[in-house]
Amino acid sequence: MNFLLEPLNLVTFFPLLGVLVLLFIKSEAKNTIRWVALGTALVNFGISLWALSMFNSSNPDLQLASQYSWIQVAGWNIQYYLAVDGLSILLVLLTTFLTPIAILSTWTAIEDRVKDFMVFFLMLEVGMLGVFLAQDLFLFYIFWEFTLIPMYFLIGIWGGPNRLYAAVKFFLYTMAGSILMLLAILWLGVNQGTFSVPELVLKGGIPADVQLWLFIAFAAAFAIKVPMWPLHSWLPDAHVEAPTAGSVILAGVLLKMGTYGFLRFNLQLFPEAAVKAAPTIAVLAVIGILYGAAVSYSQKDVKKLVAYSSVSHLGFVMLGMFALNAQGIEGAILQMINHGLSTGALFLMVGMIYEQTHTREIAVYGGLWKITPIYGSLMLIVALSSMGLPGLNGFVGEFTILLGAFGSKAFGTPIYAILSAIGVILAAIYILYMFQKMFLGPVGKIVEEVKHHGHELRDLNAREIITLLPLLVFIFWIGLYPAPFFNLIAPAVDKLLIPFRAILGG
Amino acid sequence: MENTQLFFNFVPWIVFFPVLGLLLNLTIGKKLSENGIGAIAVLASASAFVVAVLQAYSLSIHPEGASILVAEWIHVGDLAIDWTFRVDTLSVTMMLVVSGVGTLIHIYAIGYMHEDVRFHNDEGRFKRFFVFLNLFIAMMMVLVSGDSYMMLFVGWEGVGLCSFLLIGFWYDFDTLGRPSFANSNAAKKAFITNRIGDFGFLLAAFMMFWQFKSTNFDNVFAVVANAEPWVILWITIFILVGVAGKSAQIPLYIWLPDAMAGPTPVSALIHAATMVTAGVYLVTRSAPIFMLSHDAQYIVATVGALTAIFAATIAVGQYDIKKVLAYSTISQLGFMVAAVGMGAFAAGMFHLITHAFFKALLFLSAGSVILGMERGHHHLAHHGHHGGKHDEEVFDPGDMRNMGGLRKQMPVTFWLYMVGTVALAGLFPFAGFWSKDEILADAFLEFPHVYWILTGAAFLTAFYMGRQVWMVFFGKPRHEVAAHAEESPLIMTAPLMVLAALSVFGGALNLPGVHTLTVWLEHTIDIHPGEFNMQVALISTALALFAIFLSWLLYMRKPLTTGQPDPLKRILGFAFTGMENKWFVDEAYKFVFIDRYTDLAKFFAQTVDWDFWHEWFHNSVIAAGFVGLTKFLANPIDLGIVDNISKILARSIQYSSENFRKVQNGFVRSYALSVMLGVVAIIGYLLIK
Repeated sequence: MNFLLEPLNLVTFFPLLGVLVLLFIKSEAKNTIRWVALGTALVNFGISLWALSMFNSSNPDLQLASQYSWIQVAGWNIQYYLAVDGLSILLVLLTTFLTPIAILSTWTAIEDRVKDFMVFFLMLEVGMLGVFLAQDLFLFYIFWEFTLIPMYFLIGIWGGPNRLYAAVKFFLYTMAGSILMLLAILWLGVNQGTFSVPELVLKGGIPADVQLWLFIAFAAAFAIKVPMWPLHSWLPDAHVEAPTAGSVILAGVLLKMGTYGFLRFNLQLFPEAAVKAAPTIAVLAVIGILYGAAVSYSQKDVKKLVAYSSVSHLGFVMLGMFALNAQGIEGAILQMINHGLSTGALFLMVGMIYEQTHTREIAVYGGLWKITPIYGSLMLIVALSSMGLPGLNGFVGEFTILLGAFGSKAFGTPIYAILSAIGVILAAIYILYMFQKMFLGPVGKIVEEVKHHGHELRDLNAREIITLLPLLVFIFWIGLYPAPFFNLIAPAVDKLLIPFRAILGG
Repeated sequence: MENTQLFFNFVPWIVFFPVLGLLLNLTIGKKLSENGIGAIAVLASASAFVVAVLQAYSLSIHPEGASILVAEWIHVGDLAIDWTFRVDTLSVTMMLVVSGVGTLIHIYAIGYMHEDVRFHNDEGRFKRFFVFLNLFIAMMMVLVSGDSYMMLFVGWEGVGLCSFLLIGFWYDFDTLGRPSFANSNAAKKAFITNRIGDFGFLLAAFMMFWQFKSTNFDNVFAVVANAEPWVILWITIFILVGVAGKSAQIPLYIWLPDAMAGPTPVSALIHAATMVTAGVYLVTRSAPIFMLSHDAQYIVATVGALTAIFAATIAVGQYDIKKVLAYSTISQLGFMVAAVGMGAFAAGMFHLITHAFFKALLFLSAGSVILGMERGHHHLAHHGHHGGKHDEEVFDPGDMRNMGGLRKQMPVTFWLYMVGTVALAGLFPFAGFWSKDEILADAFLEFPHVYWILTGAAFLTAFYMGRQVWMVFFGKPRHEVAAHAEESPLIMTAPLMVLAALSVFGGALNLPGVHTLTVWLEHTIDIHPGEFNMQVALISTALALFAIFLSWLLYMRKPLTTGQPDPLKRILGFAFTGMENKWFVDEAYKFVFIDRYTDLAKFFAQTVDWDFWHEWFHNSVIAAGFVGLTKFLANPIDLGIVDNISKILARSIQYSSENFRKVQNGFVRSYALSVMLGVVAIIGYLLIK
């Protein structure tokens, strides 16, 4: 019992309690099922806040650890080890924050097999939290692979017309990368005698050439997840086919597992290799930023536009992370959260109109601001946040990232930052294109078509506004006063930077 | 002493009041009448003006100013950016202009928008207008009162957003009220062009941080003198890119003429008096950096001068009353940028202030003219004067070719317009004379080529304004509507009278010999009063008069008649076609940049990402390859080889087992024999070994 009451165990496995309760509810009682799932996710958010209250932000080390010896065979030393530090605390909170929002968004959108949906959704939350909290490589790998299963079913069962293709592609793509990571994990565990991440960091001493291979093996798994250009081909399929809630979690949290992986493992375990790889990563990140933005601009399907914009946004995260200085990395961590909020909100809002019109084709819309003024105004705020308007959250992250990249010693040149700053212009182009074609201009033909089917295009209802409101609060909060967030990150990043300061000087 | 400290502490309210105003209107505005909404917005803006006055008063006692910290913003590593307000003579000058002119325009807008929303059949949008207008005042205040480049940038992009929202205010129409994407295109164009400028601003900020470890004004200026010349040059060039975007200089000026799609109060406030002068403010604020590089000054002054004359040539060829003023604004911004580029910061700021007065006056009067024409149009439509003829075609109330003789229908507006025109043309003793002359006098001493270009631009200014006044107010009406135009109400003309007074007497701010403004600004930036140059003054006055005479010859001696082409067309020929068509710059940009980027994006999206990467590589090479491999493994390998091997194995086992079966015959004797043979073999082996 004590085991379960440890805060991190509780936050990770509490959703399973919800799953257990759901199993005893009749499938027909859809609303009860929804309320139980939402209640579970909300309580879990509360638990994560409780964990936050015990978190000491001035301590750069892992905290609230729950550490037990687990599998001890053939000299393998595998532990059950959950802990949290400044690198992961915000991502844990993002996960518990977005899950109830995503569940709320399914209220009327998911009518089919609601119980199964919620079971998978809560199981997904368990997997994601485990990924961000696990400090033992083996345990991490288990959680990492585990997230695939519920997501596979969420896309494969509740997705669009091409859902099976998308689900299988998502699954295979991720698996392919993971295999290399598994080999690297086994190599580390066998040769270093432990799977514990902090122990491995402390031990160090992996020769530089081996580091590079291990770095590449880990990077293969994470780069696919991010996704870094050119490994992004699974993303538009998964996003377009996934149900709204799935897209929200996919963009909001699952992609962050990739960037987080780079941060936790590639940077911490293989610092020499990270320095060597930094320029290469920067090139890929810059291509991702510009390419993602250009491709977004040319999309006719609004969900695809948002999906490709993730390629661009996460390019910024990767660029900042491998700038290997305080501004770059702290900006990158904050930008992971920002992207979760803004892109999460964008997917929610795309879902809200799709529910009414059943089309995502940009061209059929137009003049929506006039028809649905609340929806238009909120979309404007979210769009501006996504394109990095100062005063909103996106700017704080993008600015610190670009500033860090501009003076990065790991890059040795400001050229990556300059090229990426062009991405800020391109972001304005595709976001404003989307906003203009859908919300400005004369009223589009979809309004007539909806009428033709005996409906009237309505503005957001109370539930939808409540779904979006928490996101908007954070969009403004982080934009105007990000200090509390940076304070959580900063000490851990300072500690992370020690080896890099030694290598790069300064 | 204590009291003045108190006023300095009050400065954040210059942002909070307008924000409060917009929040009030957002929440309770629905229940209020138009006048209620307008009153809240005006009060919010006026309160900001009071705050500005209090700051000016405090400064008059403590000219060293103050910095008021509100909260920390971005602190990462050694980067520290705060929400800090800066009160000094420069920022307070801008605060006064923005909130002062802003408040007058708020008042005017109550009258203007009352009619505008009715012409567009959308009265619900009245509230939205004032929410945006208050937001603009708030953002502009952040811009001018920020203590660091980054806080300035918040306002910088914030006013860009407001500009976008207000240009696209009638986002579902074009300028003539037809359903269209045209207005929203103009809004988008403004935002994106400004973003290109912001790109430059950001790079300047990055460079400052890594060179000087701060983006705070004082910290940067304290150490900038130690920086290497290339650093300073690059920083100034990046800043210039930002200035070109925001203050509509070559090559990024193209958004400003389209911005006239916004309601006229917006054109006056944002796109003439305040926001577009932000670039001039930025260069003035960065004076300690620009003063260090003669190359930078040369580049900035030249860009400003070229913009001044280039835009002036286009203004000569425009027919839309607001378009003329728009190009005139670009041209005048060129004057200001050239001035601050040369280091004539006082002259630049002086012209910024007087221009805010007379250009706001001109735009608002033009708005009055346009509404007067609209009223005439409605009057005709209601009284059915002209059958169905004019209902079919769309009437353009802003086209000067439809006007003529309006001084009789709209006498108040006419006289107000005349004041603005004379001030802009720079005739003694109106405000524009003093400020323009100060710029020219400085240029005469610093950069002769800039002086000559600007003098040419000043000549054109007087000419296009003359042309406009003759076409709009004199001669005979060229359209029935003009004959029925009606004067605007007092709520619109009263603020104009204040602006007219300022346009007449504004020159008193910085008269030669007294230099009130220069002395005031000297507390903040290092400037020296320029000398009044009689020769320069005489030349420019003579040229202005000559230009007005020329315009009289062309447009007044024989007034235009309906359908008659512009008389300049005959004289200038092809050159005039260029002016009319804005030298085809928009078309060139579309061909060189916009179409190319659209094509490139399509190529990446369709050909590279989808056809090649998604469909061919993933679906054909990887997926099909994998299926192919499994089939290969299944058929030739598995059936052909593995299967055969196993078959062979099976047969050989069968064969051998058939033989072996003979061994297993069940007879104990033969078993005993085998065992014995085995034992013999083993013993034999051991023995031999």
